Amino acid sequence: MTAAGSSEGQGEGLDDLLAIASGAAELAKPGEMIEAYAMRARQTEVRAYEGEVESLSSSDSAGIGIRVVVGGCQGFAHAASLDAEVVKETLAEARDNASFATPDEHVTLAVPDGVHAGALDLFDEGLTELQMDEKVRMAIELERMVRDGDPRVRQVPSADYEDASLQAAVVTSTGIQAATRRTGCHLSVSAIAGELGGSHTGVGFSVGRGPGDLSPERAAADAIERATRLLGAKKARSGSLVVVFDPRVVSTILGVLSAAFSGEAVTKGRSLFAGRVGEQVALGSVTIVDDPTDIRAYGASPYDAEGLASRRNLLVKDGILQGFVFDTVSARRAGVASTASAVRGGYASTPVAGCRALSLMPGSLDAEAILREVGEGLYVQSVTGVHSGVNPVSGDFSVGAVGLMVSGGELAQPVREVTVASTLQRMLTSVVAIGSDVEWLPGIAAGQTLAIGGMTLSGT
Amino acid sequence: MTESLTGADSSLDAGGYLVEPDVAGRVIAAALQRGGDFAEIFAEDRYGTTAFLDDGRVEELATGRVRGAGVRVVVGETTGYAHTSDLTQAGLMAAAEAASAIARSSVGAVRGVAVGPGPLQGGSREAGGSEPTVPRSAPALLHPLQVAKAKKVELLWRADDAARSAGAEVVQVSAGYADSVRQMLVANSEGLFVGDYTVRTRLSASVVALGDGGMQTGYETIALTRGFEVFEDHDVAELASTAARRALAKLSARPAPSGEVPVVLASGSGGILFHEACGHGLEADHIAKDASVFVGRIGELVASPLVTLVDDGTLGGEWGSLGVDDEGRSGARNVLIENGVLTDYMWDLIRARKEGRSSSGNGRRESYRHLPMVRMTNTFLMDGEQEPEEILADTPHGVYVAKLGGGQVDTTTGDFVFGTTEAYLIENGEITEPLRDANLIGNGPEVLSRVDAVAGDFSMTPGTCGKDGQSVPVGCGQPTLRVSSVTIGGTAGA
Repeated sequence: MTAAGSSEGQGEGLDDLLAIASGAAELAKPGEMIEAYAMRARQTEVRAYEGEVESLSSSDSAGIGIRVVVGGCQGFAHAASLDAEVVKETLAEARDNASFATPDEHVTLAVPDGVHAGALDLFDEGLTELQMDEKVRMAIELERMVRDGDPRVRQVPSADYEDASLQAAVVTSTGIQAATRRTGCHLSVSAIAGELGGSHTGVGFSVGRGPGDLSPERAAADAIERATRLLGAKKARSGSLVVVFDPRVVSTILGVLSAAFSGEAVTKGRSLFAGRVGEQVALGSVTIVDDPTDIRAYGASPYDAEGLASRRNLLVKDGILQGFVFDTVSARRAGVASTASAVRGGYASTPVAGCRALSLMPGSLDAEAILREVGEGLYVQSVTGVHSGVNPVSGDFSVGAVGLMVSGGELAQPVREVTVASTLQRMLTSVVAIGSDVEWLPGIAAGQTLAIGGMTLSGT
Repeated sequence: MTESLTGADSSLDAGGYLVEPDVAGRVIAAALQRGGDFAEIFAEDRYGTTAFLDDGRVEELATGRVRGAGVRVVVGETTGYAHTSDLTQAGLMAAAEAASAIARSSVGAVRGVAVGPGPLQGGSREAGGSEPTVPRSAPALLHPLQVAKAKKVELLWRADDAARSAGAEVVQVSAGYADSVRQMLVANSEGLFVGDYTVRTRLSASVVALGDGGMQTGYETIALTRGFEVFEDHDVAELASTAARRALAKLSARPAPSGEVPVVLASGSGGILFHEACGHGLEADHIAKDASVFVGRIGELVASPLVTLVDDGTLGGEWGSLGVDDEGRSGARNVLIENGVLTDYMWDLIRARKEGRSSSGNGRRESYRHLPMVRMTNTFLMDGEQEPEEILADTPHGVYVAKLGGGQVDTTTGDFVFGTTEAYLIENGEITEPLRDANLIGNGPEVLSRVDAVAGDFSMTPGTCGKDGQSVPVGCGQPTLRVSSVTIGGTAGA
């Protein structure tokens, strides 16, 4: 693939990708199964700073990942090119690599299972027609809105417009043939409020499939509010209390918890939910669904990464664990059918079982009502150290937090440099309130306001 | 046993240029044809092998090839960037065209555009005429492409065996091997034409143990900028046993305390403390935008006098080492804090140009698809004079951290977290009960000023640093040290 401005681009479309993938899959020898995953992406990134463009990147990229399964052994190879010669080399490498795997009767590729993919419109033509000047204008305007939006805003270190248009095709020698295309764009901006030594950062963003979905006003207002309301933040006193998590934090926590719903983690004894189907794992108010057919979800897609039609999977119903998400291999290992939940990082990695569109069934109260109901506690605006402090195997949960104390049902004194801790198991059974304010955010899970009791705050 | 030596290998080993000097000169000239202050080509060819064992099976051996170039054009305050996987002159010209069009597309938003042939044009001629060099950052004694894939897989079995024999409670083991060979080249309008050839090797083991109180995990990794010879002086079985020991120890662990405690960090525990407490805050891009607590503090006491902090990309074979950085500047040893006094920030080309100084060799990028920015290489605290045992004995009560996981910092406030993966209680100057994983939280300048004991047993640990969506390999190092007070985020009374 070549840089922006070249002739080889998105125009060639899905048929071309399907043809390339089919071309590789068709080369399967007797006793061999081949899967080819081919993709193309076009991306733009604009960063504005002090009324000007600081950087602007534009890229076209493409690549192919090929799996070969022979005698229960899988080999994989990938290359950042769709060139016919490179595809052939990649297939040869994948074949050679297969000879080093340990034979495993469960290792196989997906086969069509009769479920038809719904039509999900994830492609916004408006984005492909959007001119570069317009993208630049949006980033600069976003920066200006934050800079001029509040006298306490001292710096706007980044104001970004980014978009991506992706096409992918997966074809196997076992009859799978699936192609998808999608667009996405987002605005994100960070504001620094306050004087040196007492500054705070707030980040705001807005996401959508096309430019019409974006709200720079909301992104700007969010960044300003989140930075300014922390001014004067102090450490808080250690103790046990109710924590009200912001929707963005809840999305992050659900994203980590999703690892425990992975059929692969379960079959390999690496999930805190292993062996607990049918048991009460959460309060009765908790229902968790992974539904990639929900078009509002950032991870929505008509097919999973192995080319099976996406479907809605109920994971926890009224607090009782219902099941897990499986790709083809983990499903075989568990003796069940795939739930069409294969995910992959791109053409350079192989599919694994995972959630794409996790959400908590909403409750009846909005954020304000939850604060009133909680009365006293801590509102957590953002967390740090999620990758180092939340363990989906042991369930240990300890994260850095900034936010505001909740006093008399309202946000009060801002707080920084504290941690909140518990275990995932205890948190699921200590839910105080689930918000009605569901928000689909970038990532694999929706967020909403969530109040959890019995959390330990560590401060002074 | 077959050994696949594909086309990738021959070109990676050929020692030639990814882009010929005359082609580079023409592409740079084209990038600046319609104005601009600076243009650069970054080309790379990367070939890697990964192998993964899990659940008692080698699940996958994978190989991948990434080859391409990015062209950067700077016009005033604006940078344009485009990349291509086509390394022919035509492909690079298209990228140059796109990058320069991008840099100028922000009509009305660009100030100080330098149009026409300046010293830059001369520079590009020089690029064509100078004697180009392709140094090798650290010669791999055992080149991964000359090691049979079967030998790489064998390491995983050794790790699996060792971890499983560490105790009956070990219920799951995974082990991963990865190597990468990267040839890169940087040519720019200032006449630079340099390359680097880097070989990296990594192996990790991850263990799950199951006890009455549930499951616990343990992890250990080695990662060096060296070839397969790494395994001649690093025992894979020992690494796996260490990972298993961590998981097993935590089966009987009690919840970590909650509140402010003295913390002793063992040598080799990670060094992530300094990476987060001040490393990121000393990156010139954060400084330029007032997004760091260290703005305007050069020459001031920002840490305990026991703290001398260095970032050193030349450290032989370490994970964050490089021959030249991704802007073609030689890796360097930079003292950031000397005896507690802030001496310098870390710089890339763009930030350094604005300040009229030279880059410190900290311009790095994840791949040719990314713009470079200021990044750490190997960041470490220099040795002190105490004995580690002495520090421990002198700590009546606190937490001993034997191994850290990751961390994260908000450079604006300086508040940072770092997580433990192996920690113990200190009672009466002795290590006692194991603790469950928790994050610690502190404020950079405050924690730096509270370093009150430093031993002389320095060691390095590899890590992956993420910033603005880009990941690069880094090293972190420190001797055993004590911080007089840090908040630990457990659930038990402190």
